[in-house]
Amino acid sequence: MFRHLTLALALAGAAFAAAPLAAQDGPLRLEITEGVIEPLPYAVPAFVAENSAAQKYATEISRVVASDLSGTGLFREIPASAHIARVTSFDAPVGYADWKAVNAEALITGAVSVSGDRLTVKFRLYDIYSGQQLGEGLQFAATTASWRRMAHKVADAAYSRITGEGAYFDSRVVFVAETGPKNARQKRLAVMDYDGANVQYLTDSSTIVLAPRFSPTGDRVLYTSFETGFPRIKLLNVASVTAQLLPETPGTMTFAPRFSPDGRQVVYSLEQGGNTDIWKMDLNTGQSARLTNTPSIETGPSYSPDGSRIVFESDRSGTQQLYIMSASGGEPTRISFGQGRYGTPVWSPRGDLIAFTKQNEGRFHIGVMRTDGSEERLLTASFLDEGPTWAPNGRVIMFTRETAGAGGEPRLYSVDITGRNLKVVPTAGAASDPAWSPLLP
Amino acid sequence: MRLHSSALLLIGALALAACNNPNRFGAGGAGGAGGAGGYGGVGTTGLGGANDPNSPAYFSQTVGDRVLFAVDQSTLSPEARMILTGQAQWLASHPQYTAIIEGHADEQGTREYNLALGARRASAVQEFLISQGVAPNRLRTVSYGKERPLQVCSEESCYAQNRRAVTVISVGAGS
Repeated sequence: MFRHLTLALALAGAAFAAAPLAAQDGPLRLEITEGVIEPLPYAVPAFVAENSAAQKYATEISRVVASDLSGTGLFREIPASAHIARVTSFDAPVGYADWKAVNAEALITGAVSVSGDRLTVKFRLYDIYSGQQLGEGLQFAATTASWRRMAHKVADAAYSRITGEGAYFDSRVVFVAETGPKNARQKRLAVMDYDGANVQYLTDSSTIVLAPRFSPTGDRVLYTSFETGFPRIKLLNVASVTAQLLPETPGTMTFAPRFSPDGRQVVYSLEQGGNTDIWKMDLNTGQSARLTNTPSIETGPSYSPDGSRIVFESDRSGTQQLYIMSASGGEPTRISFGQGRYGTPVWSPRGDLIAFTKQNEGRFHIGVMRTDGSEERLLTASFLDEGPTWAPNGRVIMFTRETAGAGGEPRLYSVDITGRNLKVVPTAGAASDPAWSPLLP
Repeated sequence: MRLHSSALLLIGALALAACNNPNRFGAGGAGGAGGAGGYGGVGTTGLGGANDPNSPAYFSQTVGDRVLFAVDQSTLSPEARMILTGQAQWLASHPQYTAIIEGHADEQGTREYNLALGARRASAVQEFLISQGVAPNRLRTVSYGKERPLQVCSEESCYAQNRRAVTVISVGAGS
């Protein structure tokens, strides 16, 4: 039996329908559109350990795969306790009837083997109702230390095949880890897997650090540091964990840096004499050029994925609003016209949407709008939400949510661009200013 | 409840607070804490006795080292101008000191905008001090945005004190 499964999500506008497929018979397909439907039930029995050294990884890897998929809110795992079939050999035929009997619509099987410090993971994805494999089986190999990454690769492949969307689980997030009281907060740069695992600290807490941003290949991070006593932009090499200050104009503050899509330019804010404008700098030559020149505050610049345009915020109209200009500067076009103030715009990696922070009537929101400002939708509301960053597939947004009061502290949250699946990203302590990496190679 | 009060109400309350309490940072005031000085390499100096009119402690506690701002504003109020006039006079008679003016914002704003806003406030103070005869090379500005609140509650009473520019005195020739 062939069937087409449409999983539809609460969504205000049809503009965000991800897969423009009409309902039709065909292989398993989870189409992310409007409406509210049950998550897709799937099973991922413990991966088969093909040798004894693989035993400590096999179950763990299948658990991370399940955590990735179920964590999207689009999938619901059938627990192992409900399984009828047992998968003891990766190449044995799949008992479709047994999986159908427990209402699984998708099945992920896998096998793990270890040789020295080399870990190999194989997996297959099955469409239970059509009784066939969905796509080819895949094999990933890396060191045992990267076992979580291989689990993310498996989940990414399953997610992409079922939804038709780009992958995003095998990615990292750079953020600011915070400790201490609100009036003397200590901040350190840290990087972790997108799900909070494998935290590594990139700076100590001797000075304030703010708002890190990944390069387009994830090898470098731009951030703002107070180590000189004044906000200055630093460029950090992630592999060597060494950082250097960008060239400065004396007597200025620089902050809010972001890479161009080719990784060669930095667009940022430069403050001089109390006035903040947007500049860009060529990272090879150190040459900088001014892109805006007004007495108002211009900050939060972010390139379009093709590098041709820059979205930024400006209070030239009297309050913070969003504008788009050519990447070479020139007259910008205002795109935000709703009530309240708009800041921290970030262009989606798919190019279709701008994510932003909105302040209105004492509340903060994370929202998205089209690049012409139309179809604005608010995804969150709280005392203080700010600073959205896009998952590599442009479907999920991570941001900072801070609680009120003397004991208030920030945590990282993520939300689907449909507004569903709002959840906290696990971190050891307070955390702010997340920036999502591209999908890892 | 506080979250739903209108912006107009907040501005009103602030204006009232700012007008009624010009003495807030006088000798009996907030204790003349040096703001965020000392973080990230900003030089700090011993404060000396607060009763010694030549001491930085006297400057911060008696002259008044800080001025406050309305929501999202960098305009100097008449009270602020009075305090800054006193600062300029003190700096004129103590040429061995330089100053870093720290601009701050309350937490009700996005991080990078607040950095820019704090810079505007620090710059407004700097310009006023220069207009009162302080040599430009004795003054530098820095913004901490919303990174170093003085008061930690999430009420207008705290926000009003956090929207500030603090003149931090240190020994040293002008840059």
